[in-house]
Amino acid sequence: MTDLLTLAGVHTHVGRYHILQGVEFVVPEGQTTMLLGRNGAGKTSTLRTIIGLWQASAGQISLDGQRIEKSATPDIARLGVGYVPESMAVFSDLSVKENLVLAARDGPLDDTRLEWIFGFFPALRRFWLSRAGSLSGGQKQMLSIARAIVEPRKLLLIDEPTKGLAPAIVVALIECLAEIKRRGATILLVEQNFHAARELGDKVLVMDNGKIVHRGEMAAMAADVALQERMLGLSLEAHQ
Amino acid sequence: MTDLAATGALPKPKRDLLPVLLPAVLALAMLPLIGSGSSWVTLTVASLAMGMMIFIMASGLTLVFGLMDVLNFGHGAFISVGAYVATLVLLPLATLVQADSLLTNLAVLAPAALLSMAVSGALGLVVERVLILPVYGQHLKQILMTTGGLIVAEQALYALWGPQIIPLPLPTSLRGSFIIGDIAIAKYRLLAMLVGLIVFCGIQLVLNRTKIGLLIRAGVENREMVEALGYRIRRLFLGVFMVGSGLAGLGGVMWALYREQVHASMGNDLTVLVFIVVIIGGLGSIGGCFIGALLVAMVANYGGFLVPKLALVSNILLMVAILMWRPRGLYAVTSR
Amino acid sequence: MMILSGDPPRSRALTLILVVIIAGLAITPLVFPGAKAMNVATKICIFAALVASYDLLLGYTGTVSFAHTMFYGIGSYAIAIALYAMGPNWAAVATGVVIGLPLAMALALAIGLFSLRVEAIFFAMITLAVASAFLVLASQLSWLTGGEDGRSFQLPELLRPGTVLISKSTLGFELNGRVLTYYLIFIASAAMILALLRVVNSPFGRVLQAIRENRFRAEALGFRTVFHLTYANCIAALVAASAGMLNALWLRYTGPDTSLSFSIMLDILLMVVIGGMGTIYGAIIGATIFILAQNYLQALMGAAFNAAAEAGLPLLPGLLHPDRWLLWLGLLFIASVYFFPTGVVGRLRNPPRKSA
Repeated sequence: MTDLLTLAGVHTHVGRYHILQGVEFVVPEGQTTMLLGRNGAGKTSTLRTIIGLWQASAGQISLDGQRIEKSATPDIARLGVGYVPESMAVFSDLSVKENLVLAARDGPLDDTRLEWIFGFFPALRRFWLSRAGSLSGGQKQMLSIARAIVEPRKLLLIDEPTKGLAPAIVVALIECLAEIKRRGATILLVEQNFHAARELGDKVLVMDNGKIVHRGEMAAMAADVALQERMLGLSLEAHQ
Repeated sequence: MTDLAATGALPKPKRDLLPVLLPAVLALAMLPLIGSGSSWVTLTVASLAMGMMIFIMASGLTLVFGLMDVLNFGHGAFISVGAYVATLVLLPLATLVQADSLLTNLAVLAPAALLSMAVSGALGLVVERVLILPVYGQHLKQILMTTGGLIVAEQALYALWGPQIIPLPLPTSLRGSFIIGDIAIAKYRLLAMLVGLIVFCGIQLVLNRTKIGLLIRAGVENREMVEALGYRIRRLFLGVFMVGSGLAGLGGVMWALYREQVHASMGNDLTVLVFIVVIIGGLGSIGGCFIGALLVAMVANYGGFLVPKLALVSNILLMVAILMWRPRGLYAVTSR
Repeated sequence: MMILSGDPPRSRALTLILVVIIAGLAITPLVFPGAKAMNVATKICIFAALVASYDLLLGYTGTVSFAHTMFYGIGSYAIAIALYAMGPNWAAVATGVVIGLPLAMALALAIGLFSLRVEAIFFAMITLAVASAFLVLASQLSWLTGGEDGRSFQLPELLRPGTVLISKSTLGFELNGRVLTYYLIFIASAAMILALLRVVNSPFGRVLQAIRENRFRAEALGFRTVFHLTYANCIAALVAASAGMLNALWLRYTGPDTSLSFSIMLDILLMVVIGGMGTIYGAIIGATIFILAQNYLQALMGAAFNAAAEAGLPLLPGLLHPDRWLLWLGLLFIASVYFFPTGVVGRLRNPPRKSA
């Protein structure tokens, strides 16, 4: 099993704040790696640094053997990285269709793939020509994920997709991500939802104060409540 | 229960039509105040023509600010430059300009306008690379650098062309008015309206029907996400900046013909109006800019007729009134 | 160092330059009593204070406002209209002050409160629009302001040039009303600059700097930034208005071109940037450089212009014409913003270290 993504000694400064203080981990290919931690631990900052929105002030980041810590965001995206930010960042003024057309940069929209996406998120078909801004929160999240998977990507960086969503939608999201996993995608997933984490996660990383403080198998952590409490302050189950 | 299923009515596109009605409402409200129907028509036509010209000048600025988060305080320089460059074509070819044939006149005007746009666009390239790129993201320095650019540009124009006002007569076929009953509609104003509408439609077409337009609209909302989708949007910035400066140049030519004179300070005088339009319309919104330009022109014309001493002040009051209603302008497009 | 409020120049070169400038200004009536030299010196004093007040806004609060000349104009016009309408007496001067200062402050308050609702770039654009409107208003209300021609007036007897207090024979130079007016301006300007130094080095001043660095964070820390910004606006407006009053007293005239034009605003901007933003001392340096250039550089350029014109060179004469001095200063301005963002003062305080 190769490591698709490697971070070594990564530091990130934003203004005067030293946010990432020597982050080191690997994301194995074809597996889903969970990134857990308290609010403010640096999880979103890590994703932003990987995708190049913030430049690391020190350290190395490698994607598929290629060093990307000094690359610009568009170039990193073109290497096959899909990004689903915490804020969803759908383009409100554009229609659902236009959002996806934009995301499908390698060519026109693939109908088969679209049908597959509609399978998980029928609302997107229904609101195909409507302004993305008029969608509900859950639908926007669906769109945001759809954008990242509208074409096959090597690596998916997903930041708290289930935050604030109704339970039924969360179920659909997990199904979707599970299916993507089955198709061999590599995912780095920041998620606070225990059910999602346990369903999807193969590996787990815990972050605190800008550093990785635990790395291991998800299954092992899910079974060890004491470990959970030590790492996250409370058990994953209570983390709802 | 859940919005997973595709049940429920299609969300109606929430069209924010209230601002669109404003110009019409204002125009109609002026009718009783002005009294005479024919005066009202004249003033309204003048407003529409002036509004179109200001829209052309302001459209570039609002897109550039919405997309690039760059405010070019020297935008007026492009306006002045456009006007001066037009004189390079129109003055030597004065006989063609004087000819009483629409076709001949247009055959001279078109190249003049195109040359103006090209030169302004090229100047835009220089300004973007020299003044704006180095201080990207630092608003304070941007304001200072572009203000400095304005000073240098104006002085350079004085150095090249001299401080005197250069007269620029209207082509013969565009002089005068169409008379309908006791209403006179100036021919040039019709041309200005036509050009303005063409520019507006052209911009809307590009924004709504092309991939570049898609990128611009998305980029105005969230530049980072567009980059995260793999687009090198910074290259687009330069293109948009150049088109914006080119359009300002076109506006300058049209304005110079409207006033039949060219002077290095004309850019400055118009800059304030352009800024007001951009603020009123909402940074980054072409529709808002269009409506804002109409409103500002109307206030200038109706105001000039009713209370001549307070023309510019009334535009300030208009701006304050709109900002009180919608602090980010008529249409707040950017996510900032 | 109490008088400098604990904010000394912090550079030997800077201290030396400042001492030379201030000493030069102090002895001008004695050594260079000619009209031109006195005008230049007076202008430097007044603009040093005016620019220092702008530095409070730009350098310490981080606000770009294009409406500063408005306050300058209010002060000028208040004095001019009062002395014109009420005759050349001290009561008129007092009236002018009593009307001008509160008016300036009221406007500053309005602008300060408006800055609540809009973001920084909006604010800059709006101040530009408001200042333009004010200029137009001043031209239009000619029954009050004298329109384009402005207002000329006579000074109270004590300040008139003709009034000789100590004749030349006694002290070697003539102490007349003009000289008295000059020293009035000199001392008033110095007092205002020292007062501004006091303000920026007080706890209030430090909060301003915090706001400049990160307004959101300052708010989160509990400072009511709107109050601070408005208060800073008011102080700056008061100093600017006072500078305007001094200017009117010196020129015995106020008009749109001497007090409200946009070129004055640009001049202020150039002075504060070239001198050094956020230093107060930068205002003195910037004003001196600019005004000396404005008056004496043109002579230099004139000579160069003649030379180039005689040599028959194509473009050069146009660029070297003395009227185009602003072109070169504009280029210097751009270079300053980019290469020396801390201005002359910043450069003198932190000379670039040669890398090993």
